[in-house]
Amino acid sequence: MADLWDGIAQAFWLLVTLDRDLVEITLRSLRVTLTALAIASMIALPLAALLAVRRFRLRRVTIAVLNALMGLPPVVVGLLVYVLLSRAGPLGVLGLLFTPTAMIIAQVVIIVPLVASIAHQSLRELWSDYHDLLISMNASQVQRIKALLWDGRRALLTAALAGFGRAIGEVGAIMVVGGNIDHATRVLTTAIALETGKGEFAMALGLGFVLIAMAVAVNLAIHWLGHTESEGRW
Amino acid sequence: MTQQMFPLVAKQALVRRRGKVLVGPIDLTLAGQGTSIVVGPNGAGKTTLLKMLHGIARMGGGSLDWACPMEQAQQRQAFVFQTPIMMRRPVVENIAYPLQLIGVPRKEARMRAAQWAERINLGDALDRQAMLLSGGERQKLALARALIREPDVLFLDEPCASLDGRATREIEDILQEVAAAGTRLIMSTHNMGQAQRLADEVLFVLHGRIHEFGPAKAFFAGPKTPQASAFLRGDIVE
Repeated sequence: MADLWDGIAQAFWLLVTLDRDLVEITLRSLRVTLTALAIASMIALPLAALLAVRRFRLRRVTIAVLNALMGLPPVVVGLLVYVLLSRAGPLGVLGLLFTPTAMIIAQVVIIVPLVASIAHQSLRELWSDYHDLLISMNASQVQRIKALLWDGRRALLTAALAGFGRAIGEVGAIMVVGGNIDHATRVLTTAIALETGKGEFAMALGLGFVLIAMAVAVNLAIHWLGHTESEGRW
Repeated sequence: MTQQMFPLVAKQALVRRRGKVLVGPIDLTLAGQGTSIVVGPNGAGKTTLLKMLHGIARMGGGSLDWACPMEQAQQRQAFVFQTPIMMRRPVVENIAYPLQLIGVPRKEARMRAAQWAERINLGDALDRQAMLLSGGERQKLALARALIREPDVLFLDEPCASLDGRATREIEDILQEVAAAGTRLIMSTHNMGQAQRLADEVLFVLHGRIHEFGPAKAFFAGPKTPQASAFLRGDIVE
């Protein structure tokens, strides 16, 4: 119990004094995760719409695989990305291992299936509403996808937020590919793991509270920007 | 000058779902003038017939030929569904959407949509979400959206089902205007009064087949088949 109070006090001091290391790793956490989220959304959302609109032979299999991959163990993803990016690996020449870029790549791999699955679920329902209308109007495949993405944007926001939640709290993969290097690849989650390992529970808890507060703040900000809860909006 | 669309000729046209024949085989030639009303009991296949003629029900056999190439024909027809499908966007963008699809600039599309909204008495609801409209308003919106491309043929699937008298009259007024302007209407209804008001010719559908087809006056004065006269009397037709 004492640790918890120390943690809260620690978090408070870290925030009030705007501790330089804290600010640095927090911003890095945000940068890595938001970049990964942006890239993942650009892949996953059109993919989800395509899966809803188009009937092709491997469609069911693709959906099943995406669903299964939602539970992808981050540390395994980290390992695979590590092998690909390591000096001896196929992408070794790029020299990306132990950089924030490597962390972004790993997080993209982790959240694409999640975002795509959730997005597909809601777009499928929207498509069953729109199906007859858009076909009757002769909308092309691309126009159908655009209509779904635009009219379903609020549901897609939820999908993106789920992706953000998974990525921001993720530690296994970015620890492996980033290496938790101070001033280079250390982010909130890896710092928490490190402090816990050192027995610095108060510091770890402090960082943990900051992480939670940030996740909540980002969610609220996005909801507020998207007017999700305002009356009569879809 | 655009090519003539009619006659529309269906030969042994058939729609199947899960092995069961829903409609057909149908042999039908529709000429280019007037309003055709499709009547018949529930489940007779009116909706499927309309969807088949419109080209959105996959045909299980036979053929359907317009007088012009298929692609052109698809661009020149529209469909109003029994339960109007509202896109999750404001009224004006719902009505403008078909224009946007064919590349009309956004500003012009919105302007024309606003004119249509005015015409269906939704002029002051342009920016309201379409999902918040009442049943009658939705159906009028769907009608405006179907008509904004000025189609040569308009299919309507019971557009006035579950609407009250006033909404029905508003819709009929618009239908009569566009019919007078030369739009070919093909519409199903359960409302015999409405059928008599609008119809030039009647298709009586039973068990997925066209049971009787002819001029409206003759049909309502004296149907040729016992089933049709039973239906007109209001008896249950099995």
